[in-house]
Amino acid sequence: MDEVRIIEIKKSVFESNDKDADNLRKELKDKGIFLLNLMSSPGSGKTTTLIKTINLLKDKLRIAVMEADIDSDVDAVKIKEATGIQSIQLHTGGMCHLDAEMTRQGLDALELEGVDFAILENVGNLVCPAEFDTGSSKNAMILSVPEGEDKPLKYPLMFSICDVVLINKMDVMPYFDFNLEKCTEYIHMRNPKAEVIPICAKTGEGVDKFAEWLLKEIKNWK
Amino acid sequence: MHELGIVFYIIRDVKEVARENKVDKVKTVVMDIGEVSTIIPEYLTDCWRWAADKEDLLRGCELIINTIPAVTYCENCGKEFGTVEHGKKCPHCGSDRTYLVRGNEVEIKEITI
Repeated sequence: MDEVRIIEIKKSVFESNDKDADNLRKELKDKGIFLLNLMSSPGSGKTTTLIKTINLLKDKLRIAVMEADIDSDVDAVKIKEATGIQSIQLHTGGMCHLDAEMTRQGLDALELEGVDFAILENVGNLVCPAEFDTGSSKNAMILSVPEGEDKPLKYPLMFSICDVVLINKMDVMPYFDFNLEKCTEYIHMRNPKAEVIPICAKTGEGVDKFAEWLLKEIKNWK
Repeated sequence: MHELGIVFYIIRDVKEVARENKVDKVKTVVMDIGEVSTIIPEYLTDCWRWAADKEDLLRGCELIINTIPAVTYCENCGKEFGTVEHGKKCPHCGSDRTYLVRGNEVEIKEITI
């Protein structure tokens, strides 16, 4: 009979990615590039929010965007047309999230000379992107009103790793049983430090608050 | 899809260990998976079968899953309780000043060769 040998590993599956992410974060810091990782469910308004935000900030910062999706390039094209800034599409090849290595590949494909603010629009998903550190300087997420106020209870990890939570589609609140106060309470139960900013990406309402938050964070990070 | 992503990471790490130990065949991979890790064991083993059989090193290799029960600690009364049963609120004193002690693991415990 064959001899069986055991090799003990005791290693988290996320460990190698966490290391890659820390290295990437350090490299970006040295280059002076602030990386924002934006996450949410599909259809919560990530791209529309980004367009409004970029148009408020593009005179103050040199911005580049990476759009991650399983397929198509509609988001990258939309961003480029609406803002005029550099925008590329990353395909995850079926994967439901981006990790640090994929983020690095995306950054390598950008023209980063002079860029001080890079944005990664992660795959629309409230589960997996929360588990994989991308090497970002800060994490942001969007929860839209139609999704319901209970999402922080259902997807606790996502809310616990985000520095800012944007509550989008505030204009349709009268049509949904969405309680902003309760939602904020649930978010703070998971993450007492999270900033909560209600916005309406369609009309632009509240997006200036998010832009201010970003400017403040980038300044503090430098 | 989530589980498939995890499987790719497991394969990457196991390949690395195999290379370091100069091993060309792995018989089993043992995982410690926490009860509230969001991993569904059946999906993980399904994805494993599909992906592992594409690698010479791992063809036929079995993935064994140990489930780690989730435990939450209450900062208010100092007691521990089952997370799956009671959630975030302490069943002893009703406080929600609690945190997860274990049950979030997605770890490769060991491999047999």
